[in-house]
Amino acid sequence: MGTFTGSFKGFGVTFAHMFRKVITTDYPFTPPTPAPRYHGRHILNRHPDGLEKCIGCELCAWACPADAIYVEGANNTDEQRFSPGERYAGIYQINYARCIFCGLCIEACPTRSLTMSNEYELARDNRQDLIFTKKELLAPLLPGMEQPPHPMRLGDTDKDYYVGALENPGTSVGAERAPWATNEAEDATGQASKEAV
Amino acid sequence: MTDVAKKVDTVTLTIDGIEVTAEKGELVIRVAERMGIAIPRFCDHPLLAPAGACRQCLVDIEGQRKPVASCTQTVAEGMVVKTQLTSEVAAKAQGGVMELLLANHPLDCPTCDKGGECPLQNQAMTNGRADSRFKEHKREYEKPIHISSQVLLDRERCILCQRCTRFSEEIAGDKFIDLMDRSSGEQINVYRDDFFGGRGTGDGQAGEGEGDVPFNSYFSGNTIQICPVGALTGEQYRFRARPFDLVSTPTTCEHCASGCSMRADHRRGKVLRRLAGDDPAVNEEWNCDKGRWGFQYQTSSERILNPLVRDADSGELREASWSEALLAAAEGLTAARGNGGVGVLAGGRLTVEDAYAYAKFARLALGTNDIDFRARPLSAEEADFLAATVAGVSDVTYTDVENAPSAVIAGLEPEEESGILFLRLRKGHLRKKLQVTAVAPYLTRGFDKMGAALIPTVPGDEARVLAEDPAVAAALSAPGALLLVGERLATVPGALSAAAALAARTGARLAWVPRRAGDRGAIDAGCLPNLLPGGRPVGDPAARAEISLAWDTDAGALPSRPGRDTNQIVAAAAAGQLGGLLVAGVDPADLADPRLAEQALDAAGFVVSLELRHSAVTRRANVVLPVAPAAEKSGTYLNWEGRLRSFDTVLKTTAMTDGRVLEAVAALMDVPSNHPTAAQNPTKGILLGTGDVMAIRRELGTMPPSRADRPVAPAVAPAALPATGEHEAVLATWHHAIDQSTLLEGDDVLAGTARPPVARIGSELAAALGVIDGDAVTVGTDRGAITLPAEVTRDLPARVVWLPTNSPGSTVGRSLGVTAGAVVRLSAGKAGPLLASSEVTA
Repeated sequence: MGTFTGSFKGFGVTFAHMFRKVITTDYPFTPPTPAPRYHGRHILNRHPDGLEKCIGCELCAWACPADAIYVEGANNTDEQRFSPGERYAGIYQINYARCIFCGLCIEACPTRSLTMSNEYELARDNRQDLIFTKKELLAPLLPGMEQPPHPMRLGDTDKDYYVGALENPGTSVGAERAPWATNEAEDATGQASKEAV
Repeated sequence: MTDVAKKVDTVTLTIDGIEVTAEKGELVIRVAERMGIAIPRFCDHPLLAPAGACRQCLVDIEGQRKPVASCTQTVAEGMVVKTQLTSEVAAKAQGGVMELLLANHPLDCPTCDKGGECPLQNQAMTNGRADSRFKEHKREYEKPIHISSQVLLDRERCILCQRCTRFSEEIAGDKFIDLMDRSSGEQINVYRDDFFGGRGTGDGQAGEGEGDVPFNSYFSGNTIQICPVGALTGEQYRFRARPFDLVSTPTTCEHCASGCSMRADHRRGKVLRRLAGDDPAVNEEWNCDKGRWGFQYQTSSERILNPLVRDADSGELREASWSEALLAAAEGLTAARGNGGVGVLAGGRLTVEDAYAYAKFARLALGTNDIDFRARPLSAEEADFLAATVAGVSDVTYTDVENAPSAVIAGLEPEEESGILFLRLRKGHLRKKLQVTAVAPYLTRGFDKMGAALIPTVPGDEARVLAEDPAVAAALSAPGALLLVGERLATVPGALSAAAALAARTGARLAWVPRRAGDRGAIDAGCLPNLLPGGRPVGDPAARAEISLAWDTDAGALPSRPGRDTNQIVAAAAAGQLGGLLVAGVDPADLADPRLAEQALDAAGFVVSLELRHSAVTRRANVVLPVAPAAEKSGTYLNWEGRLRSFDTVLKTTAMTDGRVLEAVAALMDVPSNHPTAAQNPTKGILLGTGDVMAIRRELGTMPPSRADRPVAPAVAPAALPATGEHEAVLATWHHAIDQSTLLEGDDVLAGTARPPVARIGSELAAALGVIDGDAVTVGTDRGAITLPAEVTRDLPARVVWLPTNSPGSTVGRSLGVTAGAVVRLSAGKAGPLLASSEVTA
């Protein structure tokens, strides 16, 4: 084979790619939308009245194979109520320097409080900022929600909340999605994002 | 050994096809357990009487029509038992019981404190069904209700095994909780007004209504520990952690001289709970609430973490580096040593190793025998008594207490002052043949619960009663009889002499039961003015020679004159005769005269305080050196039996033991000038060798037993009882187990279960004063007055009034400035303006 034809064959491969669809993402200008069940950063969801779903039971911490979750329970009182029932999470931390995004914690969660969003932009420039606390993890208050502590609004007992939760998924709708999921931008994997959850 | 060799009747039976020989009368469930066959159970507890309440342990026994509860069935010859492992019937019966137990048990596990260490959870997983057939609404109760400030009851979770009620009745004798109602409404509860249709608040919180009886037992924590579900939980540990978060360390309780073995669970550098350890020889599986919950002082925000030095310019304490503070302490003590000498108040909270360090420091670095561990009213007679009959002796054990035919108790209220000894005495009385005779002013609830006979004794009269009362001598005449004396006898002249003479006369064995964990160890470690380590008398040249050999010093280096005791040290310091004081964990309010003790701290030229937290001593100290609390060091307590109770570090921190701090101070001090080697060895520094606990243990372990003669017991004549005029009475007083003790400070939840402080008076005195139960009575001296609600008490001698020593509203030492046996004035109602004002200044 001559050098001349060989070069043409090589450049031909390169040239052919110029007409294919580009797979390079234009990050960070148009970030890709991951699959709907992508394991992103966690969310602590709320009941529709704003009370926290988390009861501080530590089952997530127990399930965690990377020891990334730290929870300390605390006692709800009639004056200071953060969640229905007796117990809430006084301290809730997830250390994203340790988290391996396996999702065992959300499987363990008995109240469907802990779920995962699609957010993956978790890089930080120091370790301290990688420890997310309730401040970062709690779902934002939607309209109609009230910042705890406040009394139970959806019923007299915690059971009203748990039984009602079957029909009422609370705020995980919407909150589970990363901010850009509502953007118009779509790409190869984006077509399913609207029908997620 | 006789117990082991004793021939027992045996029977042979078959369990799961395996032939086994068992003692007659043994329970089937125990025999199976011994063979390694685990039968599920909830109500069964080896230390409680069989109940057969939960029915979980059903087994199939050949010849029986229905499955039988193996926890109540005793073995019989030729019995054929089939457990769930070999019998379909047993397995089905157990499965059915489990299903019924779970029918009304809430699905609370994620929020329940027991989750993760719950027998019901575990056995439901191993023996239960995978799914529930029960679709109906579960029974609901209000949850949880406070049955005391410390214990919470969740009736939904309760499976009615009655472990808690059986413990309260059989072991503690505090039957505050019981089964109530019938059928599906049957529940455990306390006696509450609203429950019985009375005028309660109806909010489910016990103790609110007039007739409510909260669960205020000193042993209530044990019910939480033995509850097989999460029905009983503790306020202090509520929602604090999960079992898998906790790191458990076996340890020893630092509160009283009972020496309970315990388990301390910590998470992230903080002890979160403590449980009773299993030590059949000492505390069996129980402990008291003080030991279980009284550990908050370690994490208190008042902990001193850095050394403090009094600033020369401002006169205030300021934080300093260790090197600066150690140097200041060493220089100050060196100067004080040459300027009148230094007295050492070691306190009763030290481990044996730390007490030994103080004893060695006093002798080698300070050149004095002015050291005393007794931070309470005391006498010289007591020091002689301790040297003669207590130091180095471990004669009486808990087992002896349980098996004794009779015991005479004087100067001691076991339930208040040594809880586990109380449980043993009660066990001996209920299950064996122990007859207790109490030499006390009245039959306390503790004495009542152990069926004690009372010899009513006016405080101060114990010496005469022990010496002369025929009932006491008769009670001690049986072989194996015990004479238990408490530290409070020290204030009665002649009482300890009489006790020692009585024991010698009747052949009864004598045990001295102090109140604090470090008291007994401090005697053997040499923290007394008349004793060197190992119970060696200071005045004996042979004993001093043994110690100087062990310490590698010249004979003659050790001070030979017996030193001053706590009272004398305080008096000398207050008179300005002492150059300085070295004070360990001592609260001046515990001493015989708190006001004089504070004056002494003010007047002493130089005060060094080794403390955990700020106190009346640290406020007056020139140098404060922080030391480690019990959880942050290893060490050994000697309990009242004389049994070594070693423990390891629970939390590894940088806090140092007293011994290590003293070693560092000594290393910066000059050898005393009167020391024989001072001339040849002018270099600075005294080698104490107490920096390492293991090194101290080695040093103590290699010290040969003393060949010095044991001093003879003191023979002090009893004093005449003081005369009481009209509206005067003799004061009786002792500590409540849960009171304003320094180690319980800030523990509000625990303080809620304390017994209410009352002034106890006899019915004659009550009639003379015109008061009935609940009326205010004022007890006064020239120094101040205490006003408490009266409680007219049966048996109390006519001219006696009893006050708790250090409870809220009743600080006897500080307010009255007197101790038991003193004559006090009594009046009905509150104190007048004169007395009230003097109380404020006190």
